[in-house]
Amino acid sequence: MSLLDLFRKSKPPTVAAQAKERLQIVLAHERSGRDSPDFLPALQQELLAVIKKYVNIDDDKVAVKLERESGCSMLEVNVELPGPAKRGTVATIN
Amino acid sequence: MAKIITMTSGKGGVGKTTSSAAFGTGLALRGFKTCIIDFDVGLRNLDLIMGCERRVVFDFINVINGEARLSQALIKDKRVENLYILPTSQTRDKDALTPEGVGKILDELKKEFDYILCDSPAGIERGALMALYWADHAIIVTNPEVSSVRDSDRILGVIQAKSRRAELGLEPVKEHLLVTRYDPERVEKGEMLKVEDVLEILAIPLLGIVPESPAVLKASNVGMPVVLDDKSNAGLAYADAVGRFLGETIEHRFIKPEKKGFLDRLLRRTA
Repeated sequence: MSLLDLFRKSKPPTVAAQAKERLQIVLAHERSGRDSPDFLPALQQELLAVIKKYVNIDDDKVAVKLERESGCSMLEVNVELPGPAKRGTVATIN
Repeated sequence: MAKIITMTSGKGGVGKTTSSAAFGTGLALRGFKTCIIDFDVGLRNLDLIMGCERRVVFDFINVINGEARLSQALIKDKRVENLYILPTSQTRDKDALTPEGVGKILDELKKEFDYILCDSPAGIERGALMALYWADHAIIVTNPEVSSVRDSDRILGVIQAKSRRAELGLEPVKEHLLVTRYDPERVEKGEMLKVEDVLEILAIPLLGIVPESPAVLKASNVGMPVVLDDKSNAGLAYADAVGRFLGETIEHRFIKPEKKGFLDRLLRRTA
């Protein structure tokens, strides 16, 4: 190490540090997928069937997702209803 | 009460069979009657690492299918008292393993042995699932390298979902981390994940750190479990891991670069 190095900016992260960061990100994603219950697609299908009995909606206008935060889980159901006007109405049930 | 230990990793080539041979031999050296079973049907290698490849007559699959008795398939180690190997078939495939068939053999072994060590194949398919299904303990073999750590995390998820203990809602399988091929010099240079980083990511108790060592290849060349090489760091690290498994408090060693002598430094030699 030369004397000049002392005055340079802090070093870039080591490759090991990059490995750790990449692992933490990819595993956080994979673990959340692993824990998500597999009833969600079925729930979406059934909700769609119930709503269709009353309102004529497109199959792809229902979105169901489960979000986890510390301590609580939130099931979010978004249904886009065809409104009388041109604009669609979005009903959100939390 | 006999305990079933599964040596697993998800990823291949990280040292499962080397570790099974060393750890199983280590348990037997401590006086526990131990049987190591090769679950890698079709890719048999435990026999070669243990140096008993010329003594295989019947195998695990023969016993499951009722073609041979367990006592005919078990190979007694010639060096270490209390140590037995149950080789697998080289010709059949993993479909030969069934939960009931494996369970029956393990029950029979449990009457005779203190520890039954299942050497899992790589992957998360049938062979690996059969090796971990009956486990009481799982030793996760991990290299300080991204794909190995990711696969270890994946296999931990499989253990927590698909083992017998998980299915029946019993006390969970006890998980232990065994880091192998650790190179303290590369860690110090920032080229390799630190054991602390691997531990932080996988969050399971650390059983041992086996340093990268030429002794491992030398031992496998001659069919000797590396734990019998008590001059080598890797061998000593495995012996330490066995002690920790049995509840002893043993400090981790071989995790700092070895100090270089004056001449080495002068000549800037590298390992």
